[in-house]
Amino acid sequence: MTRLFASLVALVVVLFLASLVVGPAQIGVAQGLHALVMGGDGPATLVMREIRLPRAVLALMIGGALGLAGAAMQGYLRNPLADPGLIGVSGSAALGAVLAIQTGLAAAFALALAGPRGSSLTLILAGIAISALAGAHTALVLNLSPNPFAANEIVFWMMGSLADRSMVHVWIALPLIVLGAVMLATLARGLDALTLGEDAADAMGVGLRRMRLTLIFGTAAVVGASTAVAGAIGFVGLVVPHLLRPFVGAQPGRLLWASALGGAAMLLTADMAVRMILPDRDLKLGVVTALIGAPLFLHLIFRTRSGGV
Amino acid sequence: MADVPKRVVSMNLCTDQLAMLLADEGQLVSVSRIAADVRSSAMAEQALLYPANSGLAEEVFLMQPDLVLAGSFTARASVNMLERLGIRVVKFKPAYGLDEVRTRILEMGDALGHPERAEAMVSDFDARLADYLRITAERPRAALYYANGYTSGDKTLAGQILAAAGFDNIAAEAGFSGGGVIPLEVLAMMQPDTVITSRPYPAASRSEEVMGHPVIEALRGSRPEASLTDSDWVCGTPFVLEAIADMTALREEVLRP
Repeated sequence: MTRLFASLVALVVVLFLASLVVGPAQIGVAQGLHALVMGGDGPATLVMREIRLPRAVLALMIGGALGLAGAAMQGYLRNPLADPGLIGVSGSAALGAVLAIQTGLAAAFALALAGPRGSSLTLILAGIAISALAGAHTALVLNLSPNPFAANEIVFWMMGSLADRSMVHVWIALPLIVLGAVMLATLARGLDALTLGEDAADAMGVGLRRMRLTLIFGTAAVVGASTAVAGAIGFVGLVVPHLLRPFVGAQPGRLLWASALGGAAMLLTADMAVRMILPDRDLKLGVVTALIGAPLFLHLIFRTRSGGV
Repeated sequence: MADVPKRVVSMNLCTDQLAMLLADEGQLVSVSRIAADVRSSAMAEQALLYPANSGLAEEVFLMQPDLVLAGSFTARASVNMLERLGIRVVKFKPAYGLDEVRTRILEMGDALGHPERAEAMVSDFDARLADYLRITAERPRAALYYANGYTSGDKTLAGQILAAAGFDNIAAEAGFSGGGVIPLEVLAMMQPDTVITSRPYPAASRSEEVMGHPVIEALRGSRPEASLTDSDWVCGTPFVLEAIADMTALREEVLRP
């Protein structure tokens, strides 16, 4: 386990540094890192500190947030097809952001629909309904906006992008992501207990209702803040826990931090791919993560059908 | 000598303004709704005196025009419908440079049956423009940066306004002759002396956020309000001279030590 932790951390560090030196401006690696750390006059400092650094930090934070939330959802719902977008958080977050609400309280509506004693299935169904409704309302709000650019931005909100972000966006997202991550991290023990079934977990003294609330609000905070800043980025929360589950012995508690690191690695890679493949065509992050995630999703479905999982 | 049309309807912001400048009293019957929007139109007040149209074929047809003025990019379906209904439609291309401003004024004069009026306007325009084109001394480097990171090069109206005011456009250095998206990093590395952005619309949009990015604010220096484009830049009308005047003032600001 320590070996997994060390290798994931090393991977994330390498990808973070790589993300800092990728970009359309011709800045050498050494020169760029020097400008980042030492500052000094010259445009390289401005570019490194105000353009590349916030982008890399956001990819790290948001990837980690999505991976963590995905692992938490899959652990709680005991369904390997769960994804933070599933309970309607990404869609509602996009709507909330579009309505200029910068909190992560969107998921509270799903809970209200499913009720405190609703089963996991009801939660999923409510989430799908909320997602669809939020998507429709987002399109409506953008369409009716007096701003002529707004109607075309549906693409950004639906597919996500980290282009042209600044440190301001980092400070907007950071508090809620940290808060949500801490909340989700407390679920580790409870999720492990839940693998024995709801009744057994109950008997072990794990508060199921409190877990559910922590999960909802933690996911809402983390995914809401991420979506408000970068648009809806899918498949990270779905794919990363699957890839790492074999390495943690299928224990949902350990999978939480592993998925956080894995999610950060995946999004940093995707963000670099966006800048290196077709840089002129403004490829959206969500497209790259979907291109990686969808085939994996299909593979999962086939494996489930043939009796695996 | 062409007939002088008696009922003219204009469906495009730029044709609205040229028509308002050159038409007789009572000749112009309607202008588009956007002509009354101060953000886009340099003649918003005058436009309020005319009934507004939304560019829909049915609406325009019911006004019984004998001439319709449209832009080359006006909704093709509407324009085709009007032509099928037997109405004469004259399509005007946008002005892609200061030369084309002259051409459009003359074309509008012909369409409205007032060529002499148009020629007088062009002479006046040329005389006032000649004053600006005398600047040959120090040319500071400027960048045009709009929503979504769009910039305009020397073969655009905005680029030529900048050039006439005595700036060098860094879009040309970066290889743009028309318009295109310039990455923020590339813009920053080129270190322009100032950055000129457009005035954001109400109700924020993500596309326009980049114009307020900390890098852009750092490059604009201490007088950001001076470097905004407005309605004078949008169309090829004599109002571009006001835009050139604004940019000349900005140039003096930038050159002041």
